[in-house]
Amino acid sequence: MAAEEEASRPFAGLSDVSISEDIPVEGDISVPVGPSRTDEEFSTLDEPVKETILRDLRAVGNKFIHVLYPRRSSALLRDWDLWGPLLLCVTLALLLQDGTADSDLEGGPQFAEVFVVVWFGSIIITLNSKLLGGTLSFFQSLCVLGYCILPLTVAMVVCRVVLLAAPGTVSFVVRLVVVTASFGWSTFASTAFLSDSQPANRRALVVYPVFLFYFVIGWMVLTYFPVKNRQP
Amino acid sequence: MTSPNDLKFEELEDAVQLLSADPAASTLSMSVSHAPSSPAGGPDVKVDLSEDEQAQEESAEVLERVRGSMMPFPGRSFLKHYVRTSPDLYGPFWICVTLVFSMAISGNLSTFLSQTGNPEYHYRPQFHRVTIAAAVIFIYAWLVPVALWGFLTWRRRAERQIGVFSFLETVCVYGYSLFIYIPTSVLWSIPVQWLQWILVLVSMGVSGSVLVLTFWPVVRDDTKVMAAATLATILVLHTLLAVGCKLYFFQASEKLAPSPTSKPIHASATTGFL
Repeated sequence: MAAEEEASRPFAGLSDVSISEDIPVEGDISVPVGPSRTDEEFSTLDEPVKETILRDLRAVGNKFIHVLYPRRSSALLRDWDLWGPLLLCVTLALLLQDGTADSDLEGGPQFAEVFVVVWFGSIIITLNSKLLGGTLSFFQSLCVLGYCILPLTVAMVVCRVVLLAAPGTVSFVVRLVVVTASFGWSTFASTAFLSDSQPANRRALVVYPVFLFYFVIGWMVLTYFPVKNRQP
Repeated sequence: MTSPNDLKFEELEDAVQLLSADPAASTLSMSVSHAPSSPAGGPDVKVDLSEDEQAQEESAEVLERVRGSMMPFPGRSFLKHYVRTSPDLYGPFWICVTLVFSMAISGNLSTFLSQTGNPEYHYRPQFHRVTIAAAVIFIYAWLVPVALWGFLTWRRRAERQIGVFSFLETVCVYGYSLFIYIPTSVLWSIPVQWLQWILVLVSMGVSGSVLVLTFWPVVRDDTKVMAAATLATILVLHTLLAVGCKLYFFQASEKLAPSPTSKPIHASATTGFL
């Protein structure tokens, strides 16, 4: 009994407190909201579709600029997205169609083959760099590899234009120079992003597959040759 | 189950010391020392992500193994000398991928070079060769080691005294032995027949001897018939790969089809010939 009394001593004053029933207990519990980001997330449902699409397109375009002028920035890594790589892959695969029939085995890569090379290749390189101890996440690495195909896609457009204008040895030399330059650009841009995340002694092991990947895509771009006479 | 994030190298110090002290020792000691660590029959190979001194030699190690695969010495087993107890899958896998593309690209180039004088020739990229090369090379470099490892494991149960390599070590040896074909395939694009066949013989000799020197200490304790049969099978498969690749990807100019703008009958004849 005495122990109970002592235990209740600190709370002794509370026994006098009473709340009469006719005073309503009310108030405001307000949680401080962060900057307007929370409001934005709710209001994206209400914004026009055009704005949503334009925002994504602007993000993709921003990353294109970061690829074309590779400098130390984290835009590609922080806000990764895979729309850009998808757009580039589809464009490249469409441009590589050379008008051969499905039954002609000797032609250039089919649409599906380009897709498999680009995406499967990127996934394997990402797994390789992760197994070697890389710190980039899976999708960040896919994002970087996909976006750095941009110079080769630009080279593909240039090659198609050159082939229309001037067939022959001159066009081959021009195409070779353009493809080599863009292959070097792609490799340089992607290793600028990827190699920073690797321990120094394994960098060569990570860079080589990237080099091989863009080399293969460059070879596909360079060997593009439209069939002149279509079979009916 | 190990997730990719906690893969690590296992170093068996005593096994390494034993082997470096006596490189000619039979591999029985290697398999015995493996037994405590993994009763399944082979060491678990893991890539250590946190040990810096292990990671120091990563790139240099791969290069050293590649160099070793090109210079076989009698009495020096590739496995014991270069791989020891830590087989890696990086080398075999990327050597196979590189070989696939180098075969396809050089084959395309050799077709082009051998047909430049032909006015009817119309350049084709021949991308389907990549698919075929990938199928052939990956089947050879991954299924043949499975079969060989399975066979050697079965023989070990029958005849106690022969040694056996783990599956990863077998794949590792086969993968690195294919490295010599990469520069060979680049040189094969020169459209000179006798040079191509000399290259076939040289590369078959080098990579075949790497395989034979590695597997000889394992099978020599078996009965003579089985030992000879095993080595003969390894060599025959290797020969088939080399000669088959040479004949398919680097065809002599007189066997090539005329340009695809001709009738479809020629195209089907070509695919029939291929």
